[in-house]
Amino acid sequence: MNTRGLRSQLKDSVPVTGLGTQIGAYGVQDTLRSGFSSVKNELLPSHALELSEKNFQLNQDKMNFSTLRNIQGLHAPLKLQMEYRAARQIQRLPFLQSSHLALDTLKGNDESISFEDILNDPAQSEMMGEPHIMVEYKLGLM
Amino acid sequence: MATLSVCQQPIGGFSFEYCKRNAVLEFECNKLGHSIPAARKTGTTICGVVFKDGIVLGADTRATEGMIVADKNCSKIHYISPNIYCCGAGTAADTEMTTQIISSNLELHSLSTGRLPRVATANRMLKQMLFRYQGHIGAALVLGGVDCNGPHLYSIYPHGSTDKLPYVTMGSGSLAAMAVFEDRYEQNMEEEDAKRLVRDAIAAGIFNDLGSGSNIDLCVITKGKVDYLRPHDMANKKGVRTGDYKYKRGTTGVLAKAVTKLDLEVVEETVQTMDTS
Repeated sequence: MNTRGLRSQLKDSVPVTGLGTQIGAYGVQDTLRSGFSSVKNELLPSHALELSEKNFQLNQDKMNFSTLRNIQGLHAPLKLQMEYRAARQIQRLPFLQSSHLALDTLKGNDESISFEDILNDPAQSEMMGEPHIMVEYKLGLM
Repeated sequence: MATLSVCQQPIGGFSFEYCKRNAVLEFECNKLGHSIPAARKTGTTICGVVFKDGIVLGADTRATEGMIVADKNCSKIHYISPNIYCCGAGTAADTEMTTQIISSNLELHSLSTGRLPRVATANRMLKQMLFRYQGHIGAALVLGGVDCNGPHLYSIYPHGSTDKLPYVTMGSGSLAAMAVFEDRYEQNMEEEDAKRLVRDAIAAGIFNDLGSGSNIDLCVITKGKVDYLRPHDMANKKGVRTGDYKYKRGTTGVLAKAVTKLDLEVVEETVQTMDTS
């Protein structure tokens, strides 16, 4: 089954997807959290670290894979990425919290603690995503 | 439970949602002439020295919040692992959380390798984390410990640079403490000399810098033994009141005395067992 339609893949492949309007409740701009909507607000990040933090994991992976390719050859990152892709498919539906156990073990995240585990733990979040929309997005029907 | 129409799953870590709102609020506040509340800092004197058998770390115990002393006796020497301790200057919350995260990571790492952790490992973990956040985490640290390769002392700056030196000082009182070190440091000191030197350096910081004060804490780390001396020296004791304004009993003469008994009846008596499971 095609778990990620082409449209959703294209949207996420460009790292800087733009810091567009934050959609709050009822589908309008969330003024309380992100301020008034203006062109400047949408183009510039609200904090110097916002972009670098959003892409941190991606950039780390890219760096590690390219080092691995230079040392051991093309087969090493290919094999690892294949395993990552397989582990990423063992998950619950998008709006439910899955433990990512296999993925964490492969990446080595089960042996380290960082701010991602302490602050804003997704398992403890008070809001839930809209189930239908999230599943549609994942299937690429949106 | 409100639902958000968000397509992707929430991720953990820092959330920058309120940054724009905070910037607007700060601007409005400054226009009216007020300033937003300041984070609690540890305007500090911390220092460390390598002696013959190990490391001596020293710190003062004052935490400030702008111009006010927030904590007269806070503990600035944090535990990282049984053989490694770390003093923290800068924003109090940042140093506290950073040292706790690194301590947990080092524990997991040492369980995985099966060996006592090394100071260089802690140093590298701290430096990589602080560089990742580009200095926005305001934690200036003095890291010291004894491992299989001997005693090591590092100083780590908020942006992620580190120095490996025989004696280091950090914090707002660092210049005063460094003056004492530069004058009296020698290689391969004895333990008592090293403790006296660190105590004098911290005292110099306490008496010459407004941001440092109260007592002096010391931590002596040698191979197999850690002495956490808190407080090692109470340099600033609060004075005792010499006079008393209370009147003695019998100053006012008693004319008459009447006792009224209050009759209370027991209405209900219940016993609730505690859940001690």
